[in-house]
Amino acid sequence: MSETTSGYLNMELLRFTTAGSVDDGKSTLIGRLLYDSKAIFEDQMEAIEKASKKVSDDEDVNLALLTDGLRAEREQGITIDVAYRYFATPRRKFIIADTPGHVQYTRNMVTGASTANVALILIDARNGVIEQTLRHSFIASLLQIPHMIVCVNKMDLVDFKEDVFDDIKIQFNKIASKLDIKDIRFVPISAKMGDNVVDRSKNMEWYDGPTLMYLLETIHIVSDYNHSLGRFPVQYVIRPQSDKFHDYRGYAGRIASGIFEKGQKVKVLPSGHTSTIKAITTMNEELESAYAPQSVAINLEDDIDISRGDMIAGENKEPEISRNIDVMICWLGETPLRLQGKYGLKHTTNDLRCIVSEVKYKIDVNTLDKNYDDKSIKLNEIARISLKLTKPVVYDPYKINRVTGSVILIDEATNNTVCAGMII
Amino acid sequence: MSNYHLTHLRELESESIYVMREVAAQFENPVLLFSGGKDSIVMFHLARKAFWPAKVPFPLMHIDTGHNFKETIEFRDRLMEKTGATCIVRYVQDTIDQGKVVEETGVNASRNIFQTITLLDAIEELKFDAALGGGRRDEEKARAKERFFSHRDEFGQWDPKNQRPELWNMFNGKKRLGEHFRVFPISNWTEMDVWQYIYMENIEIPNLYFTHKREVFLRDGVWLAKAPFMKLKDSEKVEIRDVRCRTIGDITCTGVTLSKADNLEDIIDEVAATRETERGGRADDKRSDAAMEDRKKEGYF
Repeated sequence: MSETTSGYLNMELLRFTTAGSVDDGKSTLIGRLLYDSKAIFEDQMEAIEKASKKVSDDEDVNLALLTDGLRAEREQGITIDVAYRYFATPRRKFIIADTPGHVQYTRNMVTGASTANVALILIDARNGVIEQTLRHSFIASLLQIPHMIVCVNKMDLVDFKEDVFDDIKIQFNKIASKLDIKDIRFVPISAKMGDNVVDRSKNMEWYDGPTLMYLLETIHIVSDYNHSLGRFPVQYVIRPQSDKFHDYRGYAGRIASGIFEKGQKVKVLPSGHTSTIKAITTMNEELESAYAPQSVAINLEDDIDISRGDMIAGENKEPEISRNIDVMICWLGETPLRLQGKYGLKHTTNDLRCIVSEVKYKIDVNTLDKNYDDKSIKLNEIARISLKLTKPVVYDPYKINRVTGSVILIDEATNNTVCAGMII
Repeated sequence: MSNYHLTHLRELESESIYVMREVAAQFENPVLLFSGGKDSIVMFHLARKAFWPAKVPFPLMHIDTGHNFKETIEFRDRLMEKTGATCIVRYVQDTIDQGKVVEETGVNASRNIFQTITLLDAIEELKFDAALGGGRRDEEKARAKERFFSHRDEFGQWDPKNQRPELWNMFNGKKRLGEHFRVFPISNWTEMDVWQYIYMENIEIPNLYFTHKREVFLRDGVWLAKAPFMKLKDSEKVEIRDVRCRTIGDITCTGVTLSKADNLEDIIDEVAATRETERGGRADDKRSDAAMEDRKKEGYF
């Protein structure tokens, strides 16, 4: 086997999201990561060189054009939607969810954050911690992104001074104390010049921490999946009804959390029936055990009525079951939330309906103050609400399980996804 | 690596299988678009894994421009025979014969763009409500903003500025009558991932991907294969070279690469060392900066 291949088959996947305000160099930083890891090809470089000359006389190639894919974005110089970018180093493959920084685009940031292992927060060294920094960090903490890397960018414009970096660290730690962030790292960088992005900066000898790329390559993500709670939402029932597999009944799904083993006792919810795992299979092999986020098919010893939307759970700690749930939400719809309104709801592999029974409070994302009086929830706003469901759901609080603790709401008139919810 | 951590390829595989099962669960009548290229071969492999030991619960469909490498068609028919799957074929030639489009003329004439019309007609005729495609976000900048579940209106159009947000791994496939979805299960894969996966899973691919001698000519810096229906400019000279395909599409707009790679490992090393994107050889993308975005809005793959 060649070296490229043997290394490649052993890489991990890390998903990160980038958040920053307009003009703090986010696109330049992404361009730098892609360029320095050789993920930008010559024809792409040629294309953006050509496009850069079209929009400005600036000598510099505008790396932002790499991520702004749509015609309107290039013409208006703005980013409209979440763009996904890919690069790899010999250790890891990276998926970047690049989200625009404008005030009105909270919904894109929430989308990008929902699957991320790491949040990259950019701060302009000249401006320090600003209102938008708080908003971005709050969303990262609300969505429970396990790791946060604060990049203090444009260090070249403050003469690479250590005290500027230290001040920003102190300012940021003040706001972080109000949030629920488990792991925060700080790196002083210059995305434009490349300092501490991939290569160590010669201009900041005082900084003895890792470069940004080293952090991305080594940050410990194995524990980001909850490995203690066995949760398997049944997605699809496989019944070949062929001669060879006459009685075969496989419950197909993607393990949401925990580890499942052959011979293990399990409970099917919400029915409460118990059984034992007879086999765990993929097309190629029978597995002794499987874990999140593997897609497998599970066979049980007993004939139980199980269908899409049911949950197979480990017996150690059972999930909660309820028809009434409280959720923190980010409203994504153009039309405001309708109190007492009915919406479609998706939770794991379940499709049901709900009524918004109460708006408890709304959070001002710029101050984190709670407002108990204003019950109108509009696009990009964050609130705590109560929902009444058409039937019980089997869930865990979002804080301990991002898969079984999340819901989306669907407007039944337009079929649009209008709300992201995290069960409390 | 820890016992309880997947490698990135297994994680991507798991994600794609999850998406395919969602399609089977959420839609009445899905179809898997199959071109005979490596991405659609990987898609079919993933679909078989997702539903094993049952058959893949939806048919395949090939939109045939009639301008194919003959090896692609032979490979397709063999694969269907081997796996017992069905592949519906719809021909661009029929769309032309029905007078719905007028064939392009001149040296750069291509039927590639007509595939959209044949495809949308077939979706309407056969009442498909979801069409699974092998598009990847790393292929092209308009594709980078594509969703896994991509909504199309009754005209088959894509509205990139008004897409449904996709959160966690919940996919909203709700639609009105006459609308459909395009679904892209391998959105998060790169060209390298596809090759490594083919290697890891030992998936059979057409010989076109390996080095072979072929009559080719150079146009605008891209090597193209000689075919009966391709017009040559006076200055263009046909020569025999050792080449292989990096992508397989309509023969009129798919460039070939000069290469001696005759096995997967050499191809992988070539992909790792190359400094051009795989679509760099696709004349269909070079028509303008937003060529792909424009085609996608109208309902292209």
